[in-house]
Amino acid sequence: MLEIGSVKKSYGDGAARVPVLRGVSLELGAGQTLALTGESGSGKSTLLHIAAGLEAPDSGAVRVLGQDLTAMDDSARATFRRTEIALVFQQFNLIPSLSVAANISFQAALSGRVDQPYIDRLVQALGLADHMKKYPEALSGGQQQRVAIARALAAKPKLMLADEPTGNLDEQTADAVLDQMLELVSLSDASLLVVTHSPKIAARMGRTLHLAGGQVV
Amino acid sequence: MIRTCLVALLSHWRRNPIQLFAYLAGLAIATGLWSGVQAINSEARASYDAAAATLGEGQFDRLIPRQGDAIAQETFVVLRRAGWLVSPVLDVTLNDVRVIGVDPVTSPTGLGGVTPPEGTSLFTTGPDTRLFANRNSARALGDLAQVIIDDTVAPGIAIGDIGAVQRLSGRNDLSTLVLLPEQPLVQPDLASIAPDLRLQPSQQVADVAQLTDSFHLNLTAFGLLSFAVGLFIVHSTIGLAFEQRRGMIRTIRSLGVPLRVLVGLIVVEMLALAAIGAVIGILLGYLMAALLLPDVAATLRGLYGAQVSGTLTLRPEWWLSGFLLAMLGTAFALAGRIWQVASMPLLASARPRAWVMSGAARFSAQAIVACVLLSAAAVLVIVAEGLILAFALLGCLLIGGALALPVIAARALAWIERGATRPIWQWFWADTRQQLPGLSLALMALLLAVAANVGVSTMVSSFRLTFVGFLDQRLAPELFVQAETPQESAALDAFLTREGIEALPLRSTPTQIEGQSVRLFGVRVGSTYRVSWVFLAERPQVWDDVADGAAVIVNEQLARRGNLWVGDMVEVAPTVTLPIAAVVGDYGNPQGQVVMSEALFETLHPDSYPGQYGIRTDDVTALRQRIADEVGIAKNAMIHQAAIKAASLEVFERTFTVTAALNVLTLGVAGFAILMSLLTLADLRVPQLAPVWAMGVTRRRLGGLELLRALGLAGLVFVFAIPLGLALAWVLLTLVNVEAFGWQLPMFLFPLEYLRLGAYALGAVTLAAAWPALRLIRTPPAALLKVFANER
Ligand SMILES: Nc1ncnc2c1ncn2[C@@H]1O[C@H](COP(=O)(O)OP(=O)(O)OP(=O)(O)O)[C@@H](O)[C@H]1O
Ligand SMILES: [Mg+2]
Repeated sequence: MLEIGSVKKSYGDGAARVPVLRGVSLELGAGQTLALTGESGSGKSTLLHIAAGLEAPDSGAVRVLGQDLTAMDDSARATFRRTEIALVFQQFNLIPSLSVAANISFQAALSGRVDQPYIDRLVQALGLADHMKKYPEALSGGQQQRVAIARALAAKPKLMLADEPTGNLDEQTADAVLDQMLELVSLSDASLLVVTHSPKIAARMGRTLHLAGGQVV
Repeated sequence: MIRTCLVALLSHWRRNPIQLFAYLAGLAIATGLWSGVQAINSEARASYDAAAATLGEGQFDRLIPRQGDAIAQETFVVLRRAGWLVSPVLDVTLNDVRVIGVDPVTSPTGLGGVTPPEGTSLFTTGPDTRLFANRNSARALGDLAQVIIDDTVAPGIAIGDIGAVQRLSGRNDLSTLVLLPEQPLVQPDLASIAPDLRLQPSQQVADVAQLTDSFHLNLTAFGLLSFAVGLFIVHSTIGLAFEQRRGMIRTIRSLGVPLRVLVGLIVVEMLALAAIGAVIGILLGYLMAALLLPDVAATLRGLYGAQVSGTLTLRPEWWLSGFLLAMLGTAFALAGRIWQVASMPLLASARPRAWVMSGAARFSAQAIVACVLLSAAAVLVIVAEGLILAFALLGCLLIGGALALPVIAARALAWIERGATRPIWQWFWADTRQQLPGLSLALMALLLAVAANVGVSTMVSSFRLTFVGFLDQRLAPELFVQAETPQESAALDAFLTREGIEALPLRSTPTQIEGQSVRLFGVRVGSTYRVSWVFLAERPQVWDDVADGAAVIVNEQLARRGNLWVGDMVEVAPTVTLPIAAVVGDYGNPQGQVVMSEALFETLHPDSYPGQYGIRTDDVTALRQRIADEVGIAKNAMIHQAAIKAASLEVFERTFTVTAALNVLTLGVAGFAILMSLLTLADLRVPQLAPVWAMGVTRRRLGGLELLRALGLAGLVFVFAIPLGLALAWVLLTLVNVEAFGWQLPMFLFPLEYLRLGAYALGAVTLAAAWPALRLIRTPPAALLKVFANER
């Protein structure tokens, strides 16, 4: 499903060049789950962005569903991302001028496969039913985070990448969120990669990888 | 995908209606003012074209009388017999309508483009007198004649068979003879068969379209200025909309919309909105033109004698040009932004880019461009000749000045900031300086508007001062009497001489000098002329030489067009060439004039008699009564000087109504640009204000400071606008005016007028700043707190 082979990435130029990833490899099969841990600034978000094709690695290979993301042009990569991948950003990245409801169905609508009953169930399960008509600016941090998660789940991706999806949530809500993600994995044989600082969350994943010094240890 | 994406893009405008309004309004204003001005111009041009088509003026050579304005019917017959292929024309004025009689059979333009409706033949009109004219002219003619309405006939003109017109006007002679293009190879010499006639080559007929070109160029320049101000607004709104939508664009792309699709959608969205704004603008332009056209028509009539229809037609040349220009302007502003989006890495920061709040690098580039433009203006002042270069000079001056403004303002603010001691004021000045880039477009627009106002009001007021002085000089006699016949004239002269009343008899005839149509005047040199006439240039003993018949006086129009000045020789008649003793300023008429002594005029035109008398008297009413009783001249042929003066002043006032209206509009547009900039900046500024508020400055105080800031900046703009406006006035008066109107005007300064303008500008800015300030005062604390909540 997801294969990352000796990916290298650094930021900045010349003397200010900072290597973030120094040859990271990992593999994630269909129906598998993986927790990625590592201290702040270790490059977790960077790796996630590369896996989603949002950023290009300096070198190395990124294959999703057997396709090489780095070899595609912008348009093909976008189409692939729209239909196969969903990403929960650390910063949520909701669209401020769209209502919560429109935000949740946005990615599903982009690829033309809105499953309204499923979305309704998601909204109930994530406790967002009372906020559907609001705009993102009127939500708390945790509520915004759940909207971002609902948006990703509603797209029913083959590969779900979540960047600290429970960072702003209490334990109970975090469990509900995780339940939904795992349900998606088991129902549609999707793969799930979660970046987290929480050992409890990591424990519910199939495997855990730790990122340090730009490498998986 | 496309629909979802468009909904998301458009949702931005629903959540930011003010921005949408600014975008549409900017476009509407730009398109409106531009197409309004173009509508006026094209209406006028269409009228000139119709006139040219109707009259064939300028297309054919003509035979005109050497003196007076009548050709005997016999002369025509003699010419035809001798083999000259000519067509007779009688040109008379009835009820303010120019009625032209032509011979449809021989006329090269037929009936001037008019096609008589089925079943009406011009030749069987019999004793009734049928004319063709458009609706308005027909109304003016009333039941004087039977008029067939034909809207293709030029405004102010009626056309008909020459026999009919002769009957109507009670004349039995002709005005001119049009020479047909095909003439026999052998013809007797004109001088031998019709010595009273002169051949006037086609190009030498003063072309109204050419005369008025400069006026229209003036209007166009104003239209362009307003268009530029409108595009300023569009440009800055587009910039802001893109800055604010950076996050959205990033999110949409990261959720899987290809860049190509997204860019295409943004272009479609922005251009569709622009089209809406442009259409609104065209409607506004139509309204504006319809309101202004009667005044413009009056101006053109008063200043150039050109007839322009007072009603507006929707012509593609103005609405389409306005629309296309608006779309092009938008596309241009859009292109830079699109390019930015396209070259931005997908995950680039979504925070509004730094330029909205700072941007020192941009300022230094701007300073260089400003310096180059101002230097170019300085060079053009020395070398510029011709209207186009004069306008290029204006452009360099205005744009250079506008670009220099933010740079100078930033310097001034930095300097003030150093002097501030209280922390709140230090913050205030620093914050003002930071906001400068975001406001600079609006401030530049305000500068242009105020400078244009200062410049044009200086020009108009200088003109007014000069013009009133000119009227005092020309209308020195208290009473003007019109003599209809030589007998009346002689009787009046005898009466005045008997009574020992000082009189200024005036003889005049149209003639041709230096290839121009001019009017020749014969005057009786007396103390009134010596005392009241002021010259632009003169040599000693002007009036003595003129009285001796040894020199003439010419007006400025003739002097400038013929490239003549004091001391030059001018051929006033085939045998008489005299030096110019003085050049006199002549405002309010486009024609050249030559003034000579009564005696000389009489020897040149022995048949002439004074048709007009200016009479000096202390008791106008009594004298008028006596002339009516004792000479038998009708009272309505005698005009009180004050009446003429009032009529002349009215023509003059209307002349500038259009300019004044456009001035007010530009100031309004600039105020609007400020309002829009402040409103759109307001949201971006919340994060800057929130910390200050959190540290204990009340919202009311912050609102007050915002207002103060706007006023301070407006004051700065005003101080800067005065020298720029005066430079503008100087260029208008000494360069553009000479090219456009044929006369130069002395420049006067009007400090009170400028102060009033300053007050207007400050008022406009206060109004513009009040709403954003009020909004800030009313901002709920929650909105300010959110800044901290979202700080991640
Ligand atoms: N666009 C960028 N330009 C320069 N450096 C960057 C950029 N993005 C990330 N970095 C740097 O790369 C390193 C890794 O960043 P990344 O966001 O991947 O860390 P992270 O592991 O997700 O941290 P956190 O747990 O705090 O989210 C950091 O040192 C960061 O400063
Ligand atoms: Mg991270």
